[in-house]
Order: sequence, then C-alpha cells, then structure tokens
Amino acid sequence: MIALLVRDLRLAMRAGGGFGLGLAFFLLVTVLVPLGVGPEGATLAKIAPGILWVGALLACLLSLDRVFALDFEDGSLDLLATAPIPLEGVVAVKSAAHWIVTGLPLTLIAPVLAVLLHLPEGGYLWLVVSLALGTPALSVIGTFGAALTVGLKRGGLLLSLLVLPLYVPTLIFGAEVVKRGAEGMAIATPLLLLAGITAGAAALLPFASAAAIRINLR
Amino acid sequence: MSIWEYANPKKFMQTSAWALPWVTVLSVLCLLGGLVWGFFFTPDDYKQGSTVKIIYLHVPAAMMAINAWVMMLVTSLIWIVRRHHVSALAAKAAAPIGMTFTLIALVTGAIWGQPMWGTWWEWDPRLTSFLILFLFYLGYMALWEAIENPDTAADLTSVLCMVGSVFAILSRYAVNFWNQGLHQGASLSLDKEENVSDVYWFPLLICIAGFVLLFVTLVLLRTRTEIRARRIQALQAREKLA
Amino acid sequence: MEMTVHGLACARGGITVLEGVGFALRGGRALVLRGPNGIGKTTMLRTIAGLQPAVAGEIGLPPESIAYAAHSDGLKATLTVTENLSFWASVYGTGPDAVEAAITGMNLGILRDRQAANLSAGQKRRLGLARLLVTGRPLWVLDEPTVSLDAESVRLFAGVVRRHLAEGGAALIATHIDLGLDEAEVLDLGPFRARSPSEGGALSAFDEAFA
Repeated sequence: MIALLVRDLRLAMRAGGGFGLGLAFFLLVTVLVPLGVGPEGATLAKIAPGILWVGALLACLLSLDRVFALDFEDGSLDLLATAPIPLEGVVAVKSAAHWIVTGLPLTLIAPVLAVLLHLPEGGYLWLVVSLALGTPALSVIGTFGAALTVGLKRGGLLLSLLVLPLYVPTLIFGAEVVKRGAEGMAIATPLLLLAGITAGAAALLPFASAAAIRINLR
Repeated sequence: MSIWEYANPKKFMQTSAWALPWVTVLSVLCLLGGLVWGFFFTPDDYKQGSTVKIIYLHVPAAMMAINAWVMMLVTSLIWIVRRHHVSALAAKAAAPIGMTFTLIALVTGAIWGQPMWGTWWEWDPRLTSFLILFLFYLGYMALWEAIENPDTAADLTSVLCMVGSVFAILSRYAVNFWNQGLHQGASLSLDKEENVSDVYWFPLLICIAGFVLLFVTLVLLRTRTEIRARRIQALQAREKLA
Repeated sequence: MEMTVHGLACARGGITVLEGVGFALRGGRALVLRGPNGIGKTTMLRTIAGLQPAVAGEIGLPPESIAYAAHSDGLKATLTVTENLSFWASVYGTGPDAVEAAITGMNLGILRDRQAANLSAGQKRRLGLARLLVTGRPLWVLDEPTVSLDAESVRLFAGVVRRHLAEGGAALIATHIDLGLDEAEVLDLGPFRARSPSEGGALSAFDEAFA
C-alpha cells in the first residue's frame, strides 16, 4: 500500500500541475471575491472564513475526477483489483494521495490568502486547524464520488453534482470554526464535530467507494 | 406465500394493475375532500389570517418529500440484499416524485413565508435542509440517467442512496447548528400541547392521507413504466447480441 | 496447483453469453481459449480473475494464485520501465530480484530507464507481460497477450510461458494466433454459447416478468 502511495505521489509530481492547479484556483477565488464584493476591509473580514472554506472546497473538487480516471483508462484499476491489496486499501490510499496533493497544500497556503481577505487575527490558527482537520474528509468523500462515476465518459459535472451536497456538513462546521475563532468565541463544539465527520468518513466511506469500484469494473 | 412473491415483475404487474384504480380514486377523493374542507370550511387563524390554509399543501408535501427518500432507501437496501429488480426500479420511479414534493414544499413555504416573515426566502434550517434534500434528489436522478447498464445503475444509485441518507441526516443537524431559524415547531407531534388546533387537524390528516395515496399511485404508475422500459432494454440487448 | 471450472456461466451487460463451460487445468499445463469475436472470451477471463461474478457454476482454485493480464497493460506513461515493474513487485511482495529477472526475461534491458511513454506499442506490450513475471503467481490468465507483438517477440514470449510451465505454473490464454505452444490444450468456446430463451435457454432475471 505504501508502494501505491509512493507511485501516486510520484505520478502527480511528474505529470506537473498536480500541486499547482488547485492552488492557483484557490488563489483566483480569493482574488475574484473582493473584486466582486468591493474592497471594504470590514465586509471582507466578515465573509473571509466562508470564502476561504468554499474556495478550498472547490479547489479540492477540481482534481477529483482524476483520482481513478487515469487508472481506469490504462487498465491499472483492473490489475489493482486483482492484486493482493484489498480494494478498500487501494481506495484509502488514493484518498490519502489526493489529500497530500491538494488538501495539504491548500491548508498551508490558506493563511497567506487569508491576509488578502483581512481575516481577523484570531482566525488564522483556527483556519489552518480546521482545514487540516476538514480537508481529509473532502478527499475521502470526493473519492467516493469519483468511485461512483469512474466508468462514465463525461463524469466530471456529475461528480460535482454528487459530491457537493455531501460536502455540506464539512463546510458548515469547518467555516463555523474559523468564524468563531475570528470572533474570539469558543470553537470546541464545531471543531469536534468537524473532526468527528472526518474520522467517520475516513473509517467508513472507503468500504462504500470500494463497493462502487467493484460494481463499475464488472 | 411470502411477501417477496410481489417482487416478481409479473406478479407485480398483475397486482399493481388491480390496485391502481382503487388507490387513484381514493387519493383523488381524499385530496378533494381534505383540500375543500381545509380551504373553505375552516376558520381563519387569529394571527395568520387565511394564509394559514397553505398548510394543507405545505405540510403533507414536506412529509412526503422525506418519506419518498426513506422509501428509496428501503427499496435500495432490498435491491442490494435480495436483488429484486422491481425494488430497484421502484426506487428509480420514486425519485422524481420525491423531488417534486420537495419542490412543492419549498415553493409553498416561500409563498407562506412572504406574508408571515416578510421575505420569500429565509436561510432557516428547515428550508435549507429541504433545499439540500432537493440537491440530493437531483444527484441521485442524474446518476441513474448517466449509467447505461441498468444493473450497474441500480447498484451504484443504491450505494449513493445509503451514503446520501447518512449525509442528509448529518446535514440536517449541521444546518440546525448553523442557524436557529424562524420556522415554527412541528405542526404535528404526539405531544398534544404542541399540535395545531383540532379545527385544522382533521382536514390536515385527510390531506396527508391524500398525499400518501397520491404518492403510492404515482410510484405504482411510474414503476410499471420503468418495468416495461427495462423489459424493452433487455430485449434490445439480446437482439443486439444475437 | 490445480484449477477446476465447472458449469460456468458468465454474463456481459446483463446478458448471459456463455454457459456450461467446464475444464481442469493442472500445474505445468496451458489451455488456449478459442472462439470468434464476441463469444465472451474476455468476459470469461474477467470472471475467472474475480472482476465480475459468475452467473452460475463454480471456479475452484487456490487463493491468491492468479495473475491477470488484460487488453491494456496498466502502464504509467511517466514512470520508467524499472519503476513500473518495481511498483508491481512491491504490490505482490516480490523483491528487486524478480524485477531483474522480468527485465531480462522479456528482453527489456536496454529500455530499463526509459519512460513508458517513449516505448513503442510492442515494447509496451512486452513490459505489460513482464509484469506477470514479477507477480510470482502460479496461474497466468492472459487476454490476447500477443497483440502488437512482432514474430520475434511472440517467440520470446512463448519461451517465457514455456519456462513458467516448466516451473510448475499454469496459463489460461485467450488468443487468435498460434503461439507455437504445441503442448497447449485448446478449448473452443463455440459450443458453450448461451442459448436464448426461445431456443430453450435459461430465462434471465428479467424475462420471467412477461413469460
């Protein structure tokens, strides 16, 4: 399984753009929103937690269709399904690789982009913490969506339609943590709920994703 | 004689053909009776005036919007466990109906909300949850449409329905947490104190029965269509092969 | 190492295409599947490899014994020949020695550091087949292994298969061309074509509705 993770990361690096595109998209969102909303710092500060979370979520969504599509096209997925690794493990590794390539860099760059949106000082720490806790859930849920749509020719749009409603709880709790952090309120409740969703999704969804892959390979 | 006998497509077609006229007539009667009683023979509310009467559409539609999803979840589980085609097709047939009920609940809610809260749309937890439920229906139906092989589609949509149900419940609580909301409490509950008064209660019950029967009628009709379509597909696939 | 298939029926797109297939395959033997296009060779191999469920029948074989090679090779274009093989070696728990043996066996020595993207179609196929050698599995299930191979490579591959058989392995091969494996048994799938219900074949799950 470590071999698979190493391979996926190596592929992402060699293909180029694996890291770059999501980050560039995230940057674009945080630049476009002030252009649309207006430059008043107070307004931006108020909506910053939401914008940053929605931006990170959409950036995550961008690369989801590639989680399984490439392996499906070149036949690797068939071979992986017959290999001695359980398919649940393959799926979990794929989510992990997706997170390292998109979720982790998004988490690290978010505080820099938060400066552009005048996020209040108290929010920075919780922005990073909430993204670090929440983006794994985005990758795991997204992998499930990718598993459902892996055999489809034009799965990209459908994938977004399937995955975005599933992102609702993560988004709500994640943005709430940052909002409360920025306002200096207690953050324990949403933070724990966010962590709970991530833990639950990471523990259970790989089984559903693996089932979906098996059905799609039939 | 077991209940699973009705999952045989042929048996289902026979039984539903027999039952359809009855449920159709009953649902029309209940809906007409309940709505006429409710609209014309109940007093105006002392606070809400006659706007309260939209309750006879809003509440049953909202209930059926959720019940339709529950029914899809149950039929999906039956398909996964017992592989009865009728079950999967019934889930497929119920989705657009459930979505329409969700839409009715949202629209009547907006029409009710305008005079009461002074706005067409409020990001109230209940309204928001229904909007999210609407998105779940859209995704479910889109997945059915996108997959060519009917068995694969049935399997994948069942998995989606199960995972979606968990996330729908999570979203419901998340949305509650996110905004406390303006919406009044449940209109119906076992606790008598919280209930709407008897004057509204009885016609409302009849309307709910009417909506349930309407749902059953539509699901039976659509499932019959789906079974026929599936049969045509199977024949065409065989022809292509021969 | 013995594999037995008994009364196997398999379906493609919900329609049963083959029924009543049965054979036994012992270590050291090869079985070649023949039959016209569309008869269901690929479907049957996928069923045996465990990628899709059998409609009926039994497949008896020791666990973890199959190495499956499909039409597509599952190569990663941006990885080199050695990296591609090393990945599968670690998935199957075999070591770098197996990789070396596979590279020599399929004559990939001079290409070892080239990216798979820069290989010709035949070279890619050779790399795909070299993957079989690093799996260390006794039963090879091969779907049209010789597509895009030239005559010399076909001979090379036949030699590889023969060595595998000599070491006690077995191979189940669907192919149209003659591999030059004279010792291989041949199974023609023609007689196992599934009959349609009008010819007295079994009803599928959805025929009973209007029977």
